Amino acid sequence: MGASTLPVAITARLAEQVRSAAASRRALAIEAGGTKSFYGNPTAGERLDPRECAGIVAYEPSELVVTARAGTRLAELESALAECGQMLAFEPPHFGSGATVGGCIAAGLAGPRRAATGVASGGVRDSLLGVTLLDGRGTILAFGGTVMKNVAGYDVSRLIAGSLGTLGVVLEASLRLVPRPAAESTLSLELDEQAALRQCTAWMASPWPVSATAWAGGRLTVRLSGARSAVGAAQREFGGEVMTAEAAAGFWSAIREQTAPYFDRDGTLWRVSLPANSSPLALAGPQLIEWGGALRWLYALEDAVAVRRRAAELGGHATLFRGERGDVGAFTPRPAAVAVLEARLRAEFDPAGIFNPGRMYADQSH
Amino acid sequence: MRTPLEGTGSIDHELRARTKAALARVLPSGSILGTDEETLPYECDALTLYRQPPMLVVLPATESEVAAVLRVCSSLGVPVVPRGAGTGLSGGSLPHAGGVLLSLAKLNRILAIDSLARTARLQPGVRNAAISEAAARHGLFYAPDPSSQVACTIGGNVAENSGGIHCLKYGLTIHNVLAVRGFTMSGEAIEAGSAALDTPGLDLLSLVIGSEGTLVVVTEVLVRLLPRPALARCLMASFDRVETAAEAVAAIIAAGIVPAALEMMDQAATRMVEPFVGAGYDLDAAAILLCEADGSEAEVTEEVERIEAVLRAAGAGRIQVAASEAERLRFWAGRKNAFPAAGRVSPDYYCMDGTIPRRQLARVLHAIRGMESTYGLRCPNVFHAGDGNLHPLILFDANDPDSVRRADEFGIAILELCIEVGGTVTGEHGVGIEKINQLCSQFDAPSREAFLAVRRAFDPDGRLNPGKAIPTLQRCAEYGRAHVHGGRLPFPDLPRY
Ligand SMILES: Cc1cc2nc3c(=O)[nH]c(=O)nc-3n(C[C@H](O)[C@H](O)[C@H](O)COP(=O)(O)OP(=O)(O)OC[C@H]3O[C@@H](n4cnc5c(N)ncnc54)[C@H](O)[C@@H]3O)c2cc1C
Repeated sequence: MGASTLPVAITARLAEQVRSAAASRRALAIEAGGTKSFYGNPTAGERLDPRECAGIVAYEPSELVVTARAGTRLAELESALAECGQMLAFEPPHFGSGATVGGCIAAGLAGPRRAATGVASGGVRDSLLGVTLLDGRGTILAFGGTVMKNVAGYDVSRLIAGSLGTLGVVLEASLRLVPRPAAESTLSLELDEQAALRQCTAWMASPWPVSATAWAGGRLTVRLSGARSAVGAAQREFGGEVMTAEAAAGFWSAIREQTAPYFDRDGTLWRVSLPANSSPLALAGPQLIEWGGALRWLYALEDAVAVRRRAAELGGHATLFRGERGDVGAFTPRPAAVAVLEARLRAEFDPAGIFNPGRMYADQSH
Repeated sequence: MRTPLEGTGSIDHELRARTKAALARVLPSGSILGTDEETLPYECDALTLYRQPPMLVVLPATESEVAAVLRVCSSLGVPVVPRGAGTGLSGGSLPHAGGVLLSLAKLNRILAIDSLARTARLQPGVRNAAISEAAARHGLFYAPDPSSQVACTIGGNVAENSGGIHCLKYGLTIHNVLAVRGFTMSGEAIEAGSAALDTPGLDLLSLVIGSEGTLVVVTEVLVRLLPRPALARCLMASFDRVETAAEAVAAIIAAGIVPAALEMMDQAATRMVEPFVGAGYDLDAAAILLCEADGSEAEVTEEVERIEAVLRAAGAGRIQVAASEAERLRFWAGRKNAFPAAGRVSPDYYCMDGTIPRRQLARVLHAIRGMESTYGLRCPNVFHAGDGNLHPLILFDANDPDSVRRADEFGIAILELCIEVGGTVTGEHGVGIEKINQLCSQFDAPSREAFLAVRRAFDPDGRLNPGKAIPTLQRCAEYGRAHVHGGRLPFPDLPRY
């Protein structure tokens, strides 16, 4: 399957680097564009750069699927899709022009559209149909495929989304696409935090075409995407100020890429992921709220213990996303039984424990 | 050409008595079925070609009883096969002669519906249709709607990553489940996913969903509910050639439309179901497409117009738009009852489940028509055209061994063709016991070894639903020897024993 379309000389070189590192148990730090190297815990090791393995391999718009090699720049992929009126449903952040497809999958981060209702929604894993992976033995493995529905074998492709390179090097991936919406409109309303959360919950309980929300500094901004009539009807019902198309594009790109004024701060930025309809965080520090309330960015004034305790109380978890970290791990520790299972899985994919050691958890290897 | 299956054979009565005694210490009386008459109803799922009575059946009523059963079986080294409603079509819950069949049927409560967070917390034995029924009063629904939805359970849906006719727009089980709770074979509690939209650590939920009861026994499921669209409208379009209908499917998708559902039935299928359902299908058409738009009144009107235009341009003959909700339901009744209708026109039917790239639809349907004469069996086609998921229904007679053999070979030929055109042997029914050999063709040895590695991580001794879903390397070696394509071994990279 996937393996046959890969550039042989390049993959052989990558495989050789992995094999030799495994033989001497030398750590490898997988890094392509380096745009997300701040994410997760610091890891040390010899650099493995998959960027030579690049290019869009197959794109058939009527199949709603694209297959691209890991080193393909995300910007290049997205503009190819836009030319055919399509897009990635999960609106991934790039965090820099060097962002690649492989890094996007390994980081598993989705953007503003994540919590949308309807076709264009979901996270990275929800769009992932197939992955070709270089494992810790230097073997090429192919999972999933290029079709929409596939339950043959375990869904290892989706497991790779968000695994931060700790299971292997992504070489190639097939992603499900969605058509760009026929119409789009962005509105903003003056609302305090509590009222904004309640408003989002109310909108999302009805079939309104809400495709993104962002609240900060007493203002709730909402994007509508879908059929012209549906967007028009929602716009009339929601009220508020309508943004021009250019202003809206700029606004959502700044939220997605974290270049909005809110993110122009020093301190520790927490990413708090919560169940829908959760109460206000009630933690000290400036906040930006996305995903109808399910994602809360917080420059916390309190310490990690307080932030994680509050996130857990609300049924969610808190990731130390950017800034000062001291000896605090990036991710909320998981239950012991799950940690044991994860370590066993890693031991199978990366027996020598060479891929991005500690990037996810200090205890990630066995 | 079937190699003998693991777990078939006769019951060891001494082992049965010993296991029963150990289980009786952890389960209330009446929760263990241990006589041949009691266990016989569990001998197969909806793939009745394979039958094997279990050594014992247990019916725990609580999560802690499930855990206790697993611990007892684990310590005795007795395999466990989980079972929901037994509507599976790949033999996933086929019992093990030396094992315990673990029915989740008594865990059938809807634990909570949170209308504001739009979630439902369910025990695994809750029927799929019951979820949307309970959510309806909040204006919400659970999107995946397998045709078997009145009977099949959410636990079975999770195990198979089941789909339905509305999955084109709303996604499969994987896209609609937020979290599951369950137990590994050793009785260890595991949670995967969460009520939030992501979870720290590896995404174990992706592994558990679609794992066919081989990784964990699922005891609780948190699903997301969606707001119910105000309106749905269905179009029925007739085509004088199957190929034209297939091209129209691609044209709709290429036009940037993702309908709520997009299904195809060929003439053999419409003629098979019409007498039973009276759906009003065009029986002269070589194929019909059923295409649904949902949303607000204005949105539906807009989308129906666009769909009609694309269908006309793609060569559709008659196009009918359901004039009422009753007519819409009638259009779908035929589609949803295709399998039962097959059961009435033929002593038996064998439902295949490959998925192919949409552009290969015409070629594959054409090839299946050719195979009908090769194998001397009829094969109507009804399927999820929008996502390329085929359901050829091979009609045969289980009482005639030669008919069974031909049905079996016909099925294998279809599956191998799906792989050849870049598809998969199963879109939603699972590998189970049925397609275990075809996984040997679809994946190379290192990728299959990775599947086995995943299984080892959850169940080191291989006691949870053994012999299903993932073939052993040895099994593939045997299958490889039996199926030498054109004098060339299909898997030259395989270790040969
Ligand atoms: C007429 C008919 C129409 C169908 N239509 C569709 C369709 O449109 N789409 C579709 O996807 N499928 C369809 N199916 C197939 C079947 O209904 C689904 O696969 C369904 O999800 C099986 O659910 P079940 O409760 O019957 O599970 P079972 O058949 O009892 O079990 C299926 C698998 O799940 C495992 N399992 C069950 N419960 C658990 C649990 N709690 N924990 C762990 N493992 C468990 C079993 O071990 C087995 O491997 C159809 C079947 C029939 C007979």
